[in-house]
Amino acid sequence: MATRKTTTGTARGASSGSTGSAPAAGVRDAVIVGGNRIPFSRAGKKYADASNQEMFTAALEGLVARFGLQGERLGEVVGGAVLKHSRDFNLVREAVLGSSLSPQTPAFDLQQACATGLEATINVANKIRLGQIDSGVAGGTDTISDAPVAVSEGLRRALLAASHAKTLQGRLKAFARIRPADLKPLTPATDEPRTGLSMGEHQAITTARWGITREAQDEVALASHQNLAQAWDAGFFDDLVTPFRGLTRDDNLRPDTSLEKLASLKPVFGKSLASSSESPVGPTMTAGNSTPLTDGASTVLLASTEWAEAHDLPVLARFVDAETAAVDFVHGHEGLLMAPVHAVPRLLARNGMTLADFDFFEIHEAFASTVLTTLAAWEDADYCKNELGLPGAFGSVDRAKINVNGSSLAAGHPFAATGGRIVATAAKLVSQRAAETGETARALVSVCAAGGLGATAIIESV
Amino acid sequence: MTDSYTRLVNTGITKTLSKKLGLPRPAVLRRHRPGEPLTVGPVLVVSDAASKPDADAVAQTLLGWGTDVRREPSDDARWGAVVLVVTEAARPADVSDAVLAVGSVLRRLAPNGRVVTVSRAATDGDSPELAATRAGVDGFLRSLAKELRAGATGNGIVLTGGAAADSTSALATLRFFLSARSAFVDGQLLPVGPAPAGAEDAPVDDDRPLAGRVAVVTGAARGIGVAIAKTLARDGASVICVDVPAAGEGLARTANAVGGTALQLDVTADDAGTRILEHARSRHGRLDVVVHNAGILRDKLLANMKPEQWDAVTAVNLASQLRINAQLLEAGVQGLRIVSLASIAGIAGNRGQTNYGFSKAGVIGHTRATAPLVARLGGTANAVAPGFIETEMTRTIPAVTREMGRRASSLQQGGLPVDVAEAVAFLASPATVGVNGEVLRVCGQSWLGR
Repeated sequence: MATRKTTTGTARGASSGSTGSAPAAGVRDAVIVGGNRIPFSRAGKKYADASNQEMFTAALEGLVARFGLQGERLGEVVGGAVLKHSRDFNLVREAVLGSSLSPQTPAFDLQQACATGLEATINVANKIRLGQIDSGVAGGTDTISDAPVAVSEGLRRALLAASHAKTLQGRLKAFARIRPADLKPLTPATDEPRTGLSMGEHQAITTARWGITREAQDEVALASHQNLAQAWDAGFFDDLVTPFRGLTRDDNLRPDTSLEKLASLKPVFGKSLASSSESPVGPTMTAGNSTPLTDGASTVLLASTEWAEAHDLPVLARFVDAETAAVDFVHGHEGLLMAPVHAVPRLLARNGMTLADFDFFEIHEAFASTVLTTLAAWEDADYCKNELGLPGAFGSVDRAKINVNGSSLAAGHPFAATGGRIVATAAKLVSQRAAETGETARALVSVCAAGGLGATAIIESV
Repeated sequence: MTDSYTRLVNTGITKTLSKKLGLPRPAVLRRHRPGEPLTVGPVLVVSDAASKPDADAVAQTLLGWGTDVRREPSDDARWGAVVLVVTEAARPADVSDAVLAVGSVLRRLAPNGRVVTVSRAATDGDSPELAATRAGVDGFLRSLAKELRAGATGNGIVLTGGAAADSTSALATLRFFLSARSAFVDGQLLPVGPAPAGAEDAPVDDDRPLAGRVAVVTGAARGIGVAIAKTLARDGASVICVDVPAAGEGLARTANAVGGTALQLDVTADDAGTRILEHARSRHGRLDVVVHNAGILRDKLLANMKPEQWDAVTAVNLASQLRINAQLLEAGVQGLRIVSLASIAGIAGNRGQTNYGFSKAGVIGHTRATAPLVARLGGTANAVAPGFIETEMTRTIPAVTREMGRRASSLQQGGLPVDVAEAVAFLASPATVGVNGEVLRVCGQSWLGR
């Protein structure tokens, strides 16, 4: 069973970079026991009338069943949703109360856009490492199908004024201020509040700046579908996914897609850039090489090594360390989704590692070009000197090590649920690799997020 | 979950009406609830003269179970059960007094009452007279069971290999037949042998006979599998629920309902047995019981049968059981109790079910052949053959066929999944180690097959 191995071989913190500090001495390991998610579904399909709470509860119930946690009081359940109803102020706690876990299990919601799931994992892992809790679940859920629809600012103010009014006259006066235009509902917007540009338009600028071609993006998309299909067929997800509402596989997956089919799609982002001098290659981002809007939920079970042993549970991997970053995409010139490019060099420096120390790279495919601009940036000596403060190019990544079992382009991307999917996949990958080779295997996780945010982490076999 | 006809003839004005019209009135069967008495009334123990010592031993045990035991038929009792002990009867004439004593109390047998015979199996060395007496009990019991009314059942314990009437396994079987756990078991004669040397002692707790045991149930996402998982858990077992990954949603529900673990695994996988054992040992520390419940239907007349329809049924219903058993035996699992789901379709045959019939008769075949192999490691292999059971699956049968299936049995109704589960739990319990290689029908004494 889960025997603990020492970590001295990786010389943790031996050469901490100028921007970070070495991990605190004396903290204990946080290990990943396993994960569970529901299959991801394209918006408006199988989960069209499923709420965030139902989906997260389902993911949690599958996790409880897999690991026999019925009635167990866990240290904490942490998760969130990017698109959330105001009534879901205690979304995760409500899901816990509706689950088979002990009702004495505490929970809280957090949110960091698309990095929510990974940030939740960092949170739970850190509490475990500090000894504040012995076990915990991290995760996230998101639904486009059941997204909140808000009322206009005018109507909202009128309703609030009416509810505060003490007399009938006062209430009528408040309602009298409503104008026909105020009755139009506000659908949820994922545009960047400070630029008014959608994420796709932002990334189109970055894509053009780095000269990423349409063909290269379509190749990433094709590999994602092929890798995910192969992983499903091989049973990789048999102990990572529990079906929900009759859906047994991610329904965005197109195992039979091809470069020809992907090439036939019309660009949807960056069309205004077509004629500009900034974009020599024209618009390149299509529905095929961008993630679709998706519904889904995911969970990861983390614990101390001792807790896992005491509960006769397996251990897939150790959650080694994490780094978040943010970039100035509003006033500066950095791309919206480039924060992980900044986070990873700091993370690796703090842990005395280089890109060569990793067997797997799980780079969230918000867009195919997100992966490609990340790689291009790390290979660019000038960029790395000027933007990242490194002596030269950060390095290259072997493409065969990236998203080997598919990623968001194929699986879909229910914002807050993606982190949990990636962490569980990475943990199982390093566990399998270590079992094959008898040597430590390591995965680098990178998730970009709206607001110029990014979260990254190191996961290592035990 | 009783069918609507049974509900109709047992409630209100339709009850009166159906009585007057003389319609068949299937009874509402009494089913096990922890804490309730073993039988619905006092138990009469009768025997022929030679079998009196065995009858005394049985009566003593019944007293120990807190039952009101009587040795003489009397008019004042509303009998909960009658136990007929004829273990030492040597000539046909020996049994007549005892048999007629049973007859004298049948009119005062309470609804859901029980008749249980305890006899010995005929063997090759028997004299013609002895063989006639012993074999005669079988025909007597099967006929008597068809005379019983109001949910009462008749079943027999057939001692083999010189097993004592008060051996652990015989008494466990007696307890099962007397109890509400055997509600839908009727007209059955179960051979019970001696416990193999070195077999463990009976558990102390009759309410939780599987306490501390670890059981695997395949096909646990729905139907009878759910009932089996719940019943084994009720009896104290930790349950590993297995089903195909695509059925994971129901599987998780079952696992969470019974406080067990969900293992998403296709039982037809080459290494299914190894993976089950690995899961059981690493997560629960041991493996004691395997219930082969996973099964599929692909009904087609043989003339129209496609290769994939035949192959899928034999792969899931039969080949998977063989492979898993072989892997568990090779791993040397001690004291393993294997219970496989057969079907009366495998005994009587069903039009359109050549594939299913082959697989289910095959289960009976491999159960008999596996029994001696697993006995060497202190275990047993038995099968349960359900008759018409009210499940999601049988709800899809056309109405007339379904109604015929229900009524064509002594109990005139379909059984419930829990009835099958109770039989499985009985065969999985440590006390029944003397029952090996047998097929127990749970069919309400269906007219199909023997």
